[in-house]
Amino acid sequence: MPIRRSTAAISAVPPGASPGERIAWGVARLFGINRFELSKRVFAYLALIPVLAIYLVLRIIPILQNFVFSFYNSTIANPRASFAGLDNYISLFQDRLFLISLRNTTLFAVFVTLFSVLFALGLAALLAGKPRFGGFYEALYFLPVITPMVPVSIVWKWIYDPTYGLLNYILSWFGLRPVGWLIYPDLAIWAIIAMSVWKVIGYNMVIFLVGIRDIPESYFEAARIDGANNWQVFRRITLPLLRPILLFVVVISTINAYNIFTQVYVMTSGPQGAPGNAVRTVVFDIYENAFRYFKTGYAASEAVILFLIVLGLTLIQFTVSRQREE
Amino acid sequence: MTHSILSRERLLRKDTALRLLRQAVLIFGSIIMVLPFVWMLSTSLKPPTEVISWPPRFIPLHPTLENYQTVFETAPFHLFFLNSLAMASVSTISILLTSTLAGFVFGKYRFPGRGFLFILILATAMVPFETYMIPLYLVMKDLKFINTFPGLVAPYLIMSYGIFFMRQNVIASLPDELIDAARIDGANEWRMYWQLVVPLLRGAMGALGIFAFMQTWAAFIWPLIITSNRQLWTMELGLGMFQFRYSVELGPINAGSMLSILPVLLVFVVLRRNIVRGIALTGMKA
Repeated sequence: MPIRRSTAAISAVPPGASPGERIAWGVARLFGINRFELSKRVFAYLALIPVLAIYLVLRIIPILQNFVFSFYNSTIANPRASFAGLDNYISLFQDRLFLISLRNTTLFAVFVTLFSVLFALGLAALLAGKPRFGGFYEALYFLPVITPMVPVSIVWKWIYDPTYGLLNYILSWFGLRPVGWLIYPDLAIWAIIAMSVWKVIGYNMVIFLVGIRDIPESYFEAARIDGANNWQVFRRITLPLLRPILLFVVVISTINAYNIFTQVYVMTSGPQGAPGNAVRTVVFDIYENAFRYFKTGYAASEAVILFLIVLGLTLIQFTVSRQREE
Repeated sequence: MTHSILSRERLLRKDTALRLLRQAVLIFGSIIMVLPFVWMLSTSLKPPTEVISWPPRFIPLHPTLENYQTVFETAPFHLFFLNSLAMASVSTISILLTSTLAGFVFGKYRFPGRGFLFILILATAMVPFETYMIPLYLVMKDLKFINTFPGLVAPYLIMSYGIFFMRQNVIASLPDELIDAARIDGANEWRMYWQLVVPLLRGAMGALGIFAFMQTWAAFIWPLIITSNRQLWTMELGLGMFQFRYSVELGPINAGSMLSILPVLLVFVVLRRNIVRGIALTGMKA
């Protein structure tokens, strides 16, 4: 909103003003505003300067620099040793490890999102009917969301243990033979997917629950009077009205899943884990290239690819939700 | 007549059956959600011989707290705990200060560049940390912040969601009339911030503060990159590194894990409603 120029009457210096006040009025007049407007603006800018300075140093500069670095060859001492043009990007798509990482991460993102959204939707539908102990269940399902990833990964690694693990013990009740969940390359990624779904279900569930509770009660009542059963109400009323939120949750879950690192690091690297590159992910690859092999520029180009994926997902969400509003 | 009573009875019975089924599903799900935590607690209370006994037991035969002692002997976990505490506290205070201040300014002041700056701040929130951590590391290197506490805490000093959240709260809970009245009474803008805005936002600050604390406490990849000096390791990093080396000693590492989730767990139990609502309403990243 444009600031209206104040009238001459307001910007007149009050009689008996101190020299400092006179200067302030003069400065205000320079900007075409009155004295009070000036002090507001001075406050606004002064208050924002420290915040914006932190943003500049810790967010904006690094975000922009990452693009620049991605076009350079780097050494340990100098991240911009020589200009590489698109070389980093070209070798990226011939790099077997990067391609494996990208494939794993995509697989991970798709299935974590799919399962966590489906389960969360089901749980939210059950909890929206206000069952007994509903608040209690809500809290329990939310528990993994608030717990830090490292301790949770440690205990899941222990649950997946091939010889003494809890999971194999439970499966043995059903006559199943012990499995090395984190050791077999084909299984390890699914084990980590299962654990990650467990971790994020509660978050998605709470958002769905808010969405369902926002739907006017009269819609449900009308459907029931017309003789709709539970499934029909869910399918014809809840789900269509929940679609914007569904889209939001799907996009957020996918973005978060693309950045997976901690659980992979804890559960598969180190002496007893590590089935080769079976669960290597993009962020893991970035981490190794940048901080173990000091290929800063190369790792930066991987980060750009990750950024573009996330940007694409965000844009999809923006366009679709804007279309809906119009 | 009889027919309709019968069918009503059947409907009622069907209703009860559905309710029971719903409870059964919810209970089954809850067990899966809680089981890993129970298992962590159980393992942390077992003596070494019992940890790898087969079949595994949920309730230790000879429960002991020795693992909670051992974990402090295997590594300076007391130091890691204090580092985490310091890091999360500094981050929380800084996020609360910057968010209320910037939220107040963006919510109540009109000045050239306002829209642009606000969108710029929100836009940075959409860029995942992992995509700019390399240049950030190099910025820290230029500032000589590698292996220092300021370097450790720096990325967690601000939160775009926090600014957004506080701006919403300022707009919703602080009427312009109140500000104008304060101005007429001679309050300057800074005093207004301290004496009007901050007290009004106390509830919102509670919600954001808890969230900020938990987020910083859980940080892993940044501490991993920025610190090589063990004196600066956080709880999460210490656990993550030591579980490789002491892979057999599951008792102590699970005791350490319990200690690392304890603060978060306590806060959650006390303030569950605020946390869930705060996260749901703002879509804050968990």
